[in-house]
Amino acid sequence: MISVVLNGEARELGDPATVADAVAAAEAPERGVAVAVDGEVVSRGAWGRTSLSDGQSVEVLQAVQGG
Amino acid sequence: MTTDLEIAGRRFASRLIIGTGGFRTLDSLAQALEASGAEMATLALRRVDPSARGSLVEVLERAGVQLLPNTAHCFTARDAVTTAKLAREAFETDWVKLEVIGDDRTLLPDPVELLEAAEELVADGFTVLPYTSDDPVLARRLADAGCAAVMPLGSPIGSGMGIANPYNLRLIVEEAEVPVVLDAGIGTASDATLAMELGCDAVLLASAVARAEHPARMARAMRLAVEAGRDAREAGRIPHRLYARASTPPEGVPELS
Repeated sequence: MISVVLNGEARELGDPATVADAVAAAEAPERGVAVAVDGEVVSRGAWGRTSLSDGQSVEVLQAVQGG
Repeated sequence: MTTDLEIAGRRFASRLIIGTGGFRTLDSLAQALEASGAEMATLALRRVDPSARGSLVEVLERAGVQLLPNTAHCFTARDAVTTAKLAREAFETDWVKLEVIGDDRTLLPDPVELLEAAEELVADGFTVLPYTSDDPVLARRLADAGCAAVMPLGSPIGSGMGIANPYNLRLIVEEAEVPVVLDAGIGTASDATLAMELGCDAVLLASAVARAEHPARMARAMRLAVEAGRDAREAGRIPHRLYARASTPPEGVPELS
């Protein structure tokens, strides 16, 4: 297992884990989702091949009302 | 003659842009969007909430509006740029309502960070619509930086205080070479009309409709207000005069006593 900070909370993910695993763990909706790992944007096409390591911070974001 | 609003080569028949913040339900938002006739609506990005119900993106798609993601609650150019890039990923648009806030209580823009973020995003190919203070010099700097429009506030976000400084707004409109969108501060229909009468190209509002007692009714009022203000501007109003000018001819009045 690896431990990441997912949307501000400590979470265990399988080892190895990718961004796609984190998106699934966050229970993100199908559409309108974006991800940043340690403050850097990871494009949707790269989620499955971007591996995560211990201690990384993952933000999984969705559309909300605003503006 | 009415002409379309044109921003970055894209045309809009409606000059009202709806902010989606503050609506109590997605149904209420959908009804207001329909009543408003808007063709563009803002939205934001936040951490996934698995308990959230319904899809905002689907509601906006059904309404047929163009998505305008914002960078609300960003306090640095760096955060705003990253948020814009995240929005581009999430919503597949390079349009962004750029907000860089400088103060928690007033939510006024941080002009230094705003300009820096605008320059960076324009260089990265974004269509940047910055939410700015009503400072004519800053508006000019943003336009010079390549922003597709400038969006000065009328008064602080959600304050409903209308247009606090119409003179500054006139100065911005007078020299703007990009569309001017009045963004923030609208409280009621007459505020939106005034913005258009002052020469703004469009009005962006959220709270005035979302937090009204009857949002769809207020959305309709705003649509009519924007159209009325635009027509009045284009029609060329009469000048203010200190003394009366008779509308009925004084000649030929009969002597009756």
